[in-house]
Amino acid sequence: MAEATLQDGYNTGSQTESGSGPMLAADGTPLKVSLARAMRRQKLRALMLVAPLFLFIVLTFIGPIADMLFRSVENSLVPDTLPRTVEALESWDPDSGELPGEEVYAALAADMSEAFEAKMHTRLGSRLNYEYSGASSVFRASGRQATQMEGGNYKEQFLEINPGWGDIGLWKTIYQFSGHYTPGYFLNAADAQLTVDGIKLKPDGERIYLYLFWRTLLLSMTITATCILLGYPIAWLLANLPLRTSNLLLILVLLPFWTSLLVRTSSWIVLLQQNGVINDLLVYSGILSDQNRLQMMFNQTGTIVAMTHILLPFMVLPLYSVMKTIPPAYVRAAKSLGATDWTAFWRVYFPNTVPGIGAGSILVFILSIGYYITPELVGGTDGIFISNRIAYHISSSLNWGLAAALGVILLVVVLGLYWCYDKIVGIDNVKLG
Amino acid sequence: MMTRLCAALGGVAAAALLSAGAAQAQDPPNCPEGDFELTIVSWGGAYEDSQRKAYYEPYMAACPNVTIVQESASNEGVAKMRAQAEAGNVTWDVVDLVAADAIRVCDEGLAMEIDHDEWLRPAPDGTPASEDMGDLIVSACFIPEIVYSTTFGYRSDVAEWGGKEPSQICDVFDLETFPGKRSLEKRIINNAEWALLCDGVDPDDVYDVLATPEGVDRALAKLDTIKDQVIWWAAGAETPQRLADGEVVMGSTYNGRLFSVIEEQDQPVKMLWDWQVFDLDGWVIPAGVSEDELPAIRSFLEFATDTQRLADQAAYISYGPARASSASLVGKHADLGIDMAPHMPTDPENSKNTLVYNYFFWADYRDDLDAKFQAWLAQ
Repeated sequence: MAEATLQDGYNTGSQTESGSGPMLAADGTPLKVSLARAMRRQKLRALMLVAPLFLFIVLTFIGPIADMLFRSVENSLVPDTLPRTVEALESWDPDSGELPGEEVYAALAADMSEAFEAKMHTRLGSRLNYEYSGASSVFRASGRQATQMEGGNYKEQFLEINPGWGDIGLWKTIYQFSGHYTPGYFLNAADAQLTVDGIKLKPDGERIYLYLFWRTLLLSMTITATCILLGYPIAWLLANLPLRTSNLLLILVLLPFWTSLLVRTSSWIVLLQQNGVINDLLVYSGILSDQNRLQMMFNQTGTIVAMTHILLPFMVLPLYSVMKTIPPAYVRAAKSLGATDWTAFWRVYFPNTVPGIGAGSILVFILSIGYYITPELVGGTDGIFISNRIAYHISSSLNWGLAAALGVILLVVVLGLYWCYDKIVGIDNVKLG
Repeated sequence: MMTRLCAALGGVAAAALLSAGAAQAQDPPNCPEGDFELTIVSWGGAYEDSQRKAYYEPYMAACPNVTIVQESASNEGVAKMRAQAEAGNVTWDVVDLVAADAIRVCDEGLAMEIDHDEWLRPAPDGTPASEDMGDLIVSACFIPEIVYSTTFGYRSDVAEWGGKEPSQICDVFDLETFPGKRSLEKRIINNAEWALLCDGVDPDDVYDVLATPEGVDRALAKLDTIKDQVIWWAAGAETPQRLADGEVVMGSTYNGRLFSVIEEQDQPVKMLWDWQVFDLDGWVIPAGVSEDELPAIRSFLEFATDTQRLADQAAYISYGPARASSASLVGKHADLGIDMAPHMPTDPENSKNTLVYNYFFWADYRDDLDAKFQAWLAQ
């Protein structure tokens, strides 16, 4: 504000230049320059203070994530390993139903022997194998021999090394994935595939990801809902009991929070499996017959129960801190004005707790959407999440491009839901403590 | 390829019969000069314990200038090796991987190719290492260590079975004679082979059938017949736990895990060896490992993979040594004092019908068939 006034003063001064000239500071420099210098120094100092953290986050968090996300479209391996082949293939018509001509095979021979020296041919094979089964062994088998080929009639020599080189499907795949960037991973992540005839949905028996995304969202919402249902009364108790009792209860809420995730998950297996404690008790007390033990584990029920338990503190704590700040006088006032218990709760108390529900829900929902250890152990087949597939492609199949594409989609979906939440509830209306 | 591997494994088994018990010189390691710290990555649990007792501790006792740091990360070994290579910061020196993963890291250029005869000791009779290990060297980057198998265990006290016990793999698919839940691995590898065998496919044709879309459908259709009775496992410890709790009546897992349930924990569980699937586990060296570390890495690997050391490991866990020359040296369990030979997957009694993990088939078809299997699971 002070700056603005001074600036106005300066402007007025410069407009009436013929008179007094620009306003000067004590050392004779124009006030505006001197002020800007002082401000710049201050901003710089503030920036320096933030810089270490900022750099740390950029280097260790944003950078790696950006790099990982970039892999979802990156495809340089193919054009970099087979530059001549890719160029020669440009003149080939994949729809002709004929194998590429001799010049392509000649280019391939040159590329392959270079790739073999650099030990890139097997890497390329495993890359193309993600798109076309069998590519891996064709490339592995052909590396060494490509270096020993004689000039002329390369096509025949390649077909002799491995009949895979006579497979038009393999050539179409190389043709299709010859660019530096590819939409292939994203299409795969959406159960589609890139063919020379355009984008096609995969056959029925191979579609899985869209369904898994849907299930992940649905189960995460269910878990969030059960967390609200269970967490709300607990938080209310914590906020309204005398301090000594509520502190004890708070420790009970936090205790599982401090216990290893694997221990808690395994305990649920012990409790819920068909020969587990709960089923044994039900059978022992005669409620169930031995033949009709309940199936509560290795399905969606297992995932929902175990994850609700694990994530419950993330709901209870924000709710508790919000409820703690609601003066008891509000409800008393409502009652004294004639409200029933229910009206006092629903019209007065509950609206005050909405920021806590919002904060808890966001925490629980976002955490559960990315969980994979618990679903893997207790989810059986219908209780696993998309994150289980991402973990599989990162650590097992090494198809990092597909994992990255699945990750990008998950990120976009979460950001989209966050945006919806902001529009409906308002993100300002969230209180973490 | 498969038949040659079978023959090699048969050789291991036959040598076990000729248990001569010849006294073996305890060759000390050739210690490197200078101080070293080796990071050796393995699977944790009982398996890594057996390696510690048979390899790490004797080695460090003989070479006090080398410190071995253990890291249990082999289940994510491939991904982490790739991450280290891409970051240009290779911190691992030796990594224990299953053969399929070893082939994968070799294909990706993440592991070092080695000359087995130059690096490793010959057998006591002078046979070079490459012949002693034979076809078990499935990749130029891979130093085989043990032969293990994925096979079935079943509870021996199931009342509904009326005194009958499963004797062949197809009993897994027989819900009428042997009702109850089964525990199977949550991946198509092995399950597809067993399903096809029990659907009447000739053992020699299994992979030819599986390479066709109809063959995959056929395998999944067979698995469909028991799908609602299956609890899937992701970690090797799950089946033993489920068997012990009575949660399942039979299930597949690694033979060493079943040995531990049966012999060490004394549970009413028995082995079903029929059509066990042999697989290999061994060492790889990450490409890009520091040149300075190489002398220690070589010295350790030379020692840890010699004939005597491989046989020593079998005293702690029921996995077969990868050298033919080690078989005759396999003795008794270190704590239980029982003969280990009859518990080896390669024992002739146990290996009447066997499959060998088909590395090259699965390198080609794993991604495709896995997608189909996952879609089938989710249905």
